Amino acid sequence: MPKEIAPPARVGLFVTCLVDLMRPSVGFAAVKLLEEAGCAVEAPRAQTCCGQPAYNSGDRADAQALARQTIEAFEGFDYVVAPSGSCAAMIREHYPALLAKDAAWSARAERLAVRTYELISFLSDVRGVTGVAARFEGAVTYHDGCSGLRELGIQAQPRQLLASVQGLSLKEMPDADVCCGFGGTFCVKFSDISNTMVGDKIASIEKSGARTLLAGELGCLMNMAGKLKRTGVQVEARHVAEVLAGMTDEPAIGEAGGD
Amino acid sequence: MRSTAHSFKDNAKAAMADPQLRRALDNVKTGFIGKRAKAAARLPEFEALRDASRAIKVHTLDHLDLYLERYEKNVLAAGGHVHWCESAADARAAVLEICQRVGAKTVTKGKSMICEEIALNEHLEAEGMIPVETDLGEYIIQLRHEPPSHIIAPAVHLTKDAIEADFRQAHTQFPKDRPLSEPRHLVDEARQVLRTRFLEADVGITGANFLIAETGSSVIVTNEGNGDLTQVIPKVHIVVASLEKVIPNLCDLSTILRVLARSATGQEFSTYTTVSSGPKRPEDPDGPEEYHVILLDNGRTQMLGNEFREVLHCIRCGACMNHCPVYHAIGGHAYGWVYPGPIGAVLTPGLIGIEEAGDLPNASSFCGRCESVCPMRIPLPKLMRHWREREFERRLTPAPVRYGLAAWAFLARRPALYHWLLGLEMRVLGALGRRKGRFAWLPFAGGWTRHRDFPAPQGKTFQALWAERQGTRAP
Amino acid sequence: MSGRDAILGALRRSLKRQAGDDAAVEARLKAYERGPVPARAQLEPTAQVDLFQAMAEEHAASLTRVASAQEVPGAVAAYLKAHNLPQRLRAAPDPELDALPWETQSLLTVERGRAEAEDTASLTGAFAGIAETGTLMLLSGEDAPTTLNFLPDTHIVLLKASQVVGPYEEAWDLVRAKFGPDAMPRTVNMITGPSRTADIEQTIQLGAHGPRRLHIVLIEDGA
Repeated sequence: MPKEIAPPARVGLFVTCLVDLMRPSVGFAAVKLLEEAGCAVEAPRAQTCCGQPAYNSGDRADAQALARQTIEAFEGFDYVVAPSGSCAAMIREHYPALLAKDAAWSARAERLAVRTYELISFLSDVRGVTGVAARFEGAVTYHDGCSGLRELGIQAQPRQLLASVQGLSLKEMPDADVCCGFGGTFCVKFSDISNTMVGDKIASIEKSGARTLLAGELGCLMNMAGKLKRTGVQVEARHVAEVLAGMTDEPAIGEAGGD
Repeated sequence: MRSTAHSFKDNAKAAMADPQLRRALDNVKTGFIGKRAKAAARLPEFEALRDASRAIKVHTLDHLDLYLERYEKNVLAAGGHVHWCESAADARAAVLEICQRVGAKTVTKGKSMICEEIALNEHLEAEGMIPVETDLGEYIIQLRHEPPSHIIAPAVHLTKDAIEADFRQAHTQFPKDRPLSEPRHLVDEARQVLRTRFLEADVGITGANFLIAETGSSVIVTNEGNGDLTQVIPKVHIVVASLEKVIPNLCDLSTILRVLARSATGQEFSTYTTVSSGPKRPEDPDGPEEYHVILLDNGRTQMLGNEFREVLHCIRCGACMNHCPVYHAIGGHAYGWVYPGPIGAVLTPGLIGIEEAGDLPNASSFCGRCESVCPMRIPLPKLMRHWREREFERRLTPAPVRYGLAAWAFLARRPALYHWLLGLEMRVLGALGRRKGRFAWLPFAGGWTRHRDFPAPQGKTFQALWAERQGTRAP
Repeated sequence: MSGRDAILGALRRSLKRQAGDDAAVEARLKAYERGPVPARAQLEPTAQVDLFQAMAEEHAASLTRVASAQEVPGAVAAYLKAHNLPQRLRAAPDPELDALPWETQSLLTVERGRAEAEDTASLTGAFAGIAETGTLMLLSGEDAPTTLNFLPDTHIVLLKASQVVGPYEEAWDLVRAKFGPDAMPRTVNMITGPSRTADIEQTIQLGAHGPRRLHIVLIEDGA
């Protein structure tokens, strides 16, 4: 059961553009988990995209503009939480560097950075959550998103929380920590290379024997789910927050809606 | 060598269609990674050694001019010569001048990436000399007229069957029915062939893993012993090294050596670490009579002064490519020039130009595995991003990408418009995709849908649903 | 302008070199500041020798312990016999090796000098043994031709227990003590096991170009 250890906090949910547009149910799962952990959650409407596509394509000016916009939208909160390792890492690790030479903004970027977390690690590391009150029947395998893993050190936290889900068993895939080939714009700019990488990833997923694939990064999940569907592999893909929140009624990523 | 970095995408495609290459690359994935992890885990001080190694390079590069002067002074004191070469052409000319002066015919070579960078073999051949690569992997690719596909394992792209075929074709002096199917046979045959070459060589050329300022020494680190036979037998030993190889003293060498082999092959220590200072002394029974150092700049002084300085920390261990999923997919040749993998993606544009090698720093998913294992903690993704920034500034980024980004940024910077327009689009896409849950094809998404389906959005956006929820909650 | 001036000029501009920096470099060079030295290489002498042996063997070297220098010729002859090798040896022209009782091994032929192509086995002394990784340190000189370390198929090295040090830095301290602060022997060979290659499908093969066998005879001289 979730234990409320930390004092109440006001959390600004950075929904992320992919969750906002593609899979809002992940956002509501995040809200539920945060509220269960004693947080008052708001989702400022002034947010859009963290700026990764521009930043990683060498477009510093637009990346800086989006960084300023995001900082402004979230400055009033105790914490900023995102259901994505790469977006959280963008704010936490890269905003300060991006605005380092901007006298008016560098301190604001720093202040926001230290208060920004990826969802699962926030629940574990900041809110002291050690378990959830959810049930999920079956074996799952977990893919470590690269930014979350290597920039934010997220590896044990999702596994620890998943272990508390009733009915769930975690079957590790080989090379869980290897990139799935998404990489934002990389997957379309270098489509063939990305395809080989996601092909290797699908082979690893199959080796796990699990029927459900989880990750904390919707971009990776869409990439892997898209490849699973294209190749006809019977594995469903979901964001880890959906399972932890016990909100798995929505069809899995890329699954038919049923009408 | 002539670069094919400009056709990176085609190179990569061809590489991925080569089943023999895919088999060979599996060896990289399974071999190097586990061995490095084991070696690192066995040494509790490993992470501290990485920090210390990085600090040594930071300090040395901050004082590179002074250390190079000190290094030169000590080489001269030991009776050696230093040739300062600004360009690859200068370095080739300096080597050639020495070889011609001593009337060299056979020139043996230890493994040296700098010699690849300056395309020394072609040059020596054109002048009528016979350069012989003596590192087994380098020897194999020399037989095949190929460049190395990896900086420490040049023939890692080949299976033993391919090497057997090459040896049967090249070594016609041996009986046709000899057994040659096992690695042991191949190693023994190469040893026999190259032994003659070592003994007849007039000049031996090696690279240098390090140059020591304190003592004026060059250091080579090898496993085969070929570098040592290359430098001890001929009359002349030429060291070809780029100027960032210098480190202050032997304590610094000890520190960096502790991370080098562990990061590269997962060995505790390489078999041979050899520290050479000058030519043979009057009382020495063997050793070269002349000792020359070719000190190459080739664009490095420029990198020292710009945002790419950290690439000069590299000690050429190969850990970045060993751990790179892109390298695993395409191998080293696809990168099109001397340095493959993440380090090549940063270094190559600096050496041959971003116009030629523009794809390289883009062909990364920024997974960060390279940086996480780099013994010198070079922030390779950050440096690749810096190249992308230069490309973007100079409008070298492909037009569709630029327009796509501009459109996205235009919307993302206008939250109201963004939520309205994209909210509408998602409802349309959601309705269209609801029955199947995915799209096999979408306009403007060919890069995605060529290889995978595109999952359909759920319909309403989070912001739309959140507004509804707030509305119902409102008093 | 010479290449030297051009390169150094470009470096000074890139680095914004200032007067007085040279003193910092001089101080750094002579401080011999050690990085993190592995705890495993800092043991008392007996354990150090044991670690040296374990690490050398891990790297595919073999090692025999003998109680005194008097037993060395016998141990060498026995090693050659055990491996079906000819009883011939090219020994370094080292007075210490000359002084060993070779006459006790009547079947063994010992020649002195640098290695020749046809030599099958060599015998050299060593300057130090480094326990950290089971590494031998050999210095070139009048009594120590470098070719002996690489040309013959079998390299036999004589090492005294008292020569075994812990980490690499201690071996370099000894080199400095012997040659002075700025001088070095022409060649310092750090050797860890026999020659090897993994260039063919990453399978490890011994004896790529250098010795196939590295055998250490360790004299337990009560260190």
